[in-house]
Amino acid sequence: MTPSGSPSAEKVKIHTLEMIGISKRFPGVLANDRVDFDVRAGEVHALLGENGAGKSTLMKILYGMYHPDAGQIVIDGQPTVIPSPVAAIRKGIGMIHQHFMLVPTLTVAENVALGLPSSRGPLTDLEQVSKRILQLADKYNLKIDPKALVWQLSVGQQQRVEIIKALYRGAALLLLDEPTAVLTPQEVDELFVIMRQMTLDGYGLVFISHKLHEVVEISQRVTVLRNGRKIGTRPTSEVTKQILANWMVGRDIEFITSSAQQAAGETRIALEKVCCDSDRGTEGLCDVSLEVHSGEILGLAGVSGNGQRELAETIVGLRHIRSGKVFLDGKDVTGLQPGVLTGRGLSYIPEERMKDGMIRNFNIAENLILREHHKPPFSEHGFLKMRDIAAHTDRLIKQYQIKTPSQKTLAKSLSGGNIQKVLLARELSRSPRAIVAAQPTRGLDIGASEYVHEQLLKQRADGTAILLISEDLDEILALSDRIAVIYEGKIMDILYRETATREEIGLLMAGVHLENKPAETAIAPEL
Amino acid sequence: MIRELFSATVIIGIISSGIRLATPYLYASIGEMFGQRSGVLNLGVEGQMLLGAFMAFYVALKTGNLWLGVLAAMGVGALMGLAMAFVTVNLQATQGISGIGFYLFGLGMSNLLFQKLIGTVETVQGFPRISLPLLGKIPVIGDIFFNQNMLVYLAFLLVPAAWFVLHKTTLGLKIRAVGENPEAADSLGVSVSRVRYFTVILGGVLSGVAGASLSIALLNVFQQNMTAGQGFIAVALVYFGGWRPWGILGGALLFSLVNALQLWIQVLGVPIPSELAVMMPYVLTILVLTVSVSKVRGPSALTKVFEREG
Ligand SMILES: Nc1ncnc2c1ncn2[C@@H]1O[C@H](COP(=O)(O)OP(=O)(O)O)[C@@H](O)[C@H]1O
Ligand SMILES: [Mg+2]
Repeated sequence: MTPSGSPSAEKVKIHTLEMIGISKRFPGVLANDRVDFDVRAGEVHALLGENGAGKSTLMKILYGMYHPDAGQIVIDGQPTVIPSPVAAIRKGIGMIHQHFMLVPTLTVAENVALGLPSSRGPLTDLEQVSKRILQLADKYNLKIDPKALVWQLSVGQQQRVEIIKALYRGAALLLLDEPTAVLTPQEVDELFVIMRQMTLDGYGLVFISHKLHEVVEISQRVTVLRNGRKIGTRPTSEVTKQILANWMVGRDIEFITSSAQQAAGETRIALEKVCCDSDRGTEGLCDVSLEVHSGEILGLAGVSGNGQRELAETIVGLRHIRSGKVFLDGKDVTGLQPGVLTGRGLSYIPEERMKDGMIRNFNIAENLILREHHKPPFSEHGFLKMRDIAAHTDRLIKQYQIKTPSQKTLAKSLSGGNIQKVLLARELSRSPRAIVAAQPTRGLDIGASEYVHEQLLKQRADGTAILLISEDLDEILALSDRIAVIYEGKIMDILYRETATREEIGLLMAGVHLENKPAETAIAPEL
Repeated sequence: MIRELFSATVIIGIISSGIRLATPYLYASIGEMFGQRSGVLNLGVEGQMLLGAFMAFYVALKTGNLWLGVLAAMGVGALMGLAMAFVTVNLQATQGISGIGFYLFGLGMSNLLFQKLIGTVETVQGFPRISLPLLGKIPVIGDIFFNQNMLVYLAFLLVPAAWFVLHKTTLGLKIRAVGENPEAADSLGVSVSRVRYFTVILGGVLSGVAGASLSIALLNVFQQNMTAGQGFIAVALVYFGGWRPWGILGGALLFSLVNALQLWIQVLGVPIPSELAVMMPYVLTILVLTVSVSKVRGPSALTKVFEREG
C-alpha cells in the first residue's frame, strides 16, 4: 500500500483542478456533454442543476467511479487519469456521496479504517484510528464517537463520518454531492460552518445542489449544468437567483405558492393516537393524532426516516397498527384492506413509485386501471373491456400530458416525470375524497415538479383533503395550509403556514420545542 | 430402560459423542459463515464435504498417512470453493442454484470416484483419541472434553480463531464490510471479488476438513452419500448461530447433543420408534430456526451480486 493511505502522510496539495471537455454517455442519455469545470484550493465551487442534469456523473468521473468517453483531467497543470476511487483518494480527492458509502453495522472507527493499511499489520489498530478521528473531529468541531455503530447515528452525524473518512485519507479536495438534501435547516447551517472553516484551511470544495439559496449562501463560484451541458460559470456574487434559475431550467420559472387558505371543510382523514411498528421492529409511530380537512393541504415535514413512511402506510391500510384508530370521512376504517379504502375514495401517491405505485412490466393502460380494473367500465363478468380501457387511457394521456410513444409502452421505459404523471392520472382522475402524497416530486425535474404541484392545488380547490409528505421544506412551505412536523414517530407540533418560520420547523424536525428552551441554547448547534 | 438413559455413564457417553458429532458441523458451518459474512451463500457445502470425505479416505487408505488425507480433503475443497467463487463472483450466477449444482456434482463425483478407485467397503484406522495431559485426567470433564481425537480439538479451536479473524484483523473488517455494503467497501479500495474468493475458498477448505472428520476420524469408512444432509444442516446452523462463531458453536452443540441422545435412545432400545428418534434433531432445528432467525438480521448483501456501475 502507498504511504498516502496512512493518516500521518503529508497532506497532498491541490491548487487547481481542471476538467476539460468531459463527455460521458450512458445507454440512451448523454449525461455529460463536453463539460469544462475547475476548482481551486480555498474556494467553494457550487455545481447547480436539476435532477438528471449530470452533476453526480461529472463528480463520479472526477472520483474515478466512471470513466469519461472524452475529455481530460488536469491537476496543477499535470494531465491525470483517475481510474478508480482509490486512485482519486491517493491524489487527494475525497467524495461525500449522495447516498452515503458507509457500512451501517460497523462502528465509526471501523468505517474509517476500512481499506487502509494498519500500523499493526494484519491486526486492526482501531485505538489509534479512534484517536486520530477525535483529533480531526476536534479541529472541525464535529462531535463524533468513534465507537458508535453507524446505523445508530442520525443522518447528519453519518454525514460527518463521511467527511472525517475523507479527511482521514488526506483529501485536499472534497466533492459534496447534495450534502444538504437530507439535513434539517439547522444541520445545513452547521455544515456550512464546517465548510467555511475547511476553505480557510486551504481545502477546495465542490458543492452540488439544486437549491438556489444554498448555492448563493455558501459558494464563491457557481457552474450551472442543464441536460448534461454546461451553461456557464460565474462568481456567485455576480449572479442573482433569477438568473441561476433561468439557466438551470432554460426558461423563467415562477415560484408556485398556494393561495391563502380557504375555510377548512369537514374532516376527511383523522388519526387518533395511532401507534405502529417500523420495518425494523422498533416503534414506528407513537400516539399520532391528526386531521386533514376537505380543501386543505396538510404538509408533513421531517427528516427522512422519522415515521413518514409508516404514517402514509397506516392511513392507506398497508401497515398493521398496534393501537389507535384511523377514520376516513368520519367512519372508522382501522384495519381495513387497501382495496376497501380505494373504494371509499382514498388515493395514494407512494414514495417508491416504481415499487409500490406501479408494475414495471405492465404497460401504461394496464397501470392506469390497476385500482379499478375489476369494475365497470373496465370489466364486465370477469372480462376486461379493452376498447373502454383504451379510450380511458387515451383521455388520461392527453389530459395529464403524459409523453409516451403509445399506450402499450411499458412503465419501466418511461422517464421519472412521466411515471409520476401516470400515477397522478390514475390517482387523481378518480375524484378522490382524500389523497396521501408521499414525496410526490422527489427526483423530478422542475417542470414535472411544477406540474405535480399544480395538480395538487387543483385537487385542493375541488375540496379534496391532501396529506403532503415531503422532506423538501421548500415544497412543504410552498403548498401547505398547515404543517405538521414529525420526529421519531411523534408529531412534534402542527403549525399554520402563515405564522410558521423555517427556523421553528427546523428545530421541530430535530426534536426541539422552541418554548421549552431559552432561545440561545435552542439555536446553538447541538453538535 | 428409560432409567438407564439417566445413568452417569450414559450421560457422559451422550455428551462425549455429542461433542464428537459436532465436529463436522463446526468446520463446515464456520467455513460457510465466512462466505456468508462476505455475501456469498454456498449451498454446495454438502458436495464439498462428500468430496473431502472421499479424498481424505482414499489418500489415507493408500498412503496410511491421515494428515495427508486431511490435506487432500482441503485441496479438493479449495478447488470446489474456487469453482463456486468463479461461478458466483465472475459469472454472477444465482447463488442458491449454483450451490445446488455443486452439491449434485460432489455427490455424483464422490460416488463415481469411490466406484472406480475403491469399489468395496474398506475401513481405515482413523485419528486416535488423545487424552490430553492433565486435563484428560479430570474426572467426568476429562472424559467428555479432553479424550477426543485431534480433529475434534482443532474444530473447537476454530471457533475462537474465527471470531478473532472476523473482529480483530483488517481481513475480518473487509469481510464484514463486503457482506454488508460492497459498494462502500469498493469505494475505499477493498476488492470485493478478492475478499469473496478468499472466503468461499476458505469455506471449501473447511468443508473438505468437515468431510475428512467424518471419513477418517468419526466413522472411518467411506460410503456414498455418507454426509446424509449434514452439509445442509451446516448451512442452517449459520443462520441459527446468527452468523457468529459462538452462536454457531451453540447451535452445533445443541443439534449434535440431541443427535447423540437419539442415537443412545436407539442403542439402549428405549421404546420410541427409531424413525421418530432420527427426526428429533431435524425437527428441533426447524423449530429453533423459526423462532430465532426472525430476530437476527443476516449480512445485507447476502446472495447479492456486486457489480461496479459505469
Ligand atoms: N449508472 C448509470 N447508468 C445509466 N444512466 C445513468 C447512470 N448514472 C446516471 N445516469 C443518467 O445520466 C443522467 C445524469 O444523471 P446524474 O449525473 O445522476 O444527474 P444529477 O446528479 O445532476 O441529478 C440521468 O439521465 C441519469 O438517468
Ligand atoms: Mg445526483
